[in-house]
Amino acid sequence: MNIRLVYFARVRETIGKDGETREFDSSVTCVAEALTALRAEGETYRIAFQEPEKLRFALDHQFVDVSAKLHEGAELGIFPPVTGG
Amino acid sequence: MINTRVQAETFDVATESARLTSGSRDIGALVSFTGLVRGDAGDTLTLEHYPGMTERMLQEIATEAERRWALSGGLVVHRYGRLSVGDPIVLVLIAARHRGEAFEAANFLMDWLKVKAPFWKKDADGWVEAQGSDDVAAERWS
Repeated sequence: MNIRLVYFARVRETIGKDGETREFDSSVTCVAEALTALRAEGETYRIAFQEPEKLRFALDHQFVDVSAKLHEGAELGIFPPVTGG
Repeated sequence: MINTRVQAETFDVATESARLTSGSRDIGALVSFTGLVRGDAGDTLTLEHYPGMTERMLQEIATEAERRWALSGGLVVHRYGRLSVGDPIVLVLIAARHRGEAFEAANFLMDWLKVKAPFWKKDADGWVEAQGSDDVAAERWS
C-alpha cells in the first residue's frame, strides 16, 4: 500500500525531510502500525515517533487517532500539537 | 458567509472591516480580533503550516460558527512565514445583527483555531509548545 507521508515542525526537522512516499506491506493497516514499521527502520524515525501520544495525525487532511485505517494513496500528516493563532 | 484566507502578506483591519460591512443594512455589530507577535524588539517568529489542510480546517471551523450563530458575515485571515514583533498574525472579523452573537462567534473561532488549524510557531528558543489551556478553552464549546 502506497502512502504519502508529510511531516511538519519538529517532526520534519528530526527526520530531515518534509515528506516521502512509502510502500508498506500488508501488515500495515492503520496509523499506529505505520509508525511501528517506520520506527523499525532506524534511529531517526525512532526519535521522531518515540512518543506518539505527543504527536497529532491527519489522514487526507482530517485529524485522526492512531487507530485510523489507511488506504491506498492516502496522505498521512504527522506533526506536533498545533500552535497557531 | 465567513470567508477564510491563509497568506504570507500582512492585512489591514480597517480595509477588511470596510469591505465586510460595505453596502449592508442589517449589520449592527462588528467584532474584530487581531493576534500579534509578542516578544522583545528585533525578535522574529516563523509560522509553518500544512498547505491544503489549513484551508480545509479554517473553512470547517467557519462553517461550524455559521451553524451555531446567526451571522451576517465574517472573515478569518491567518498568516504564515517569518514575522517580527508587533506584526499581525491572525484576524477574525464577525458581523451580526447584535453584539452577543458576534462576540461569541469570534471567541469560538479563535478557541477552535488554536487547537484545530495546523500551524506551528518557531521562535528564537525553538518550537513553541502547545498550551493545555488552549485545549480547555476549546472544550467549553463542545
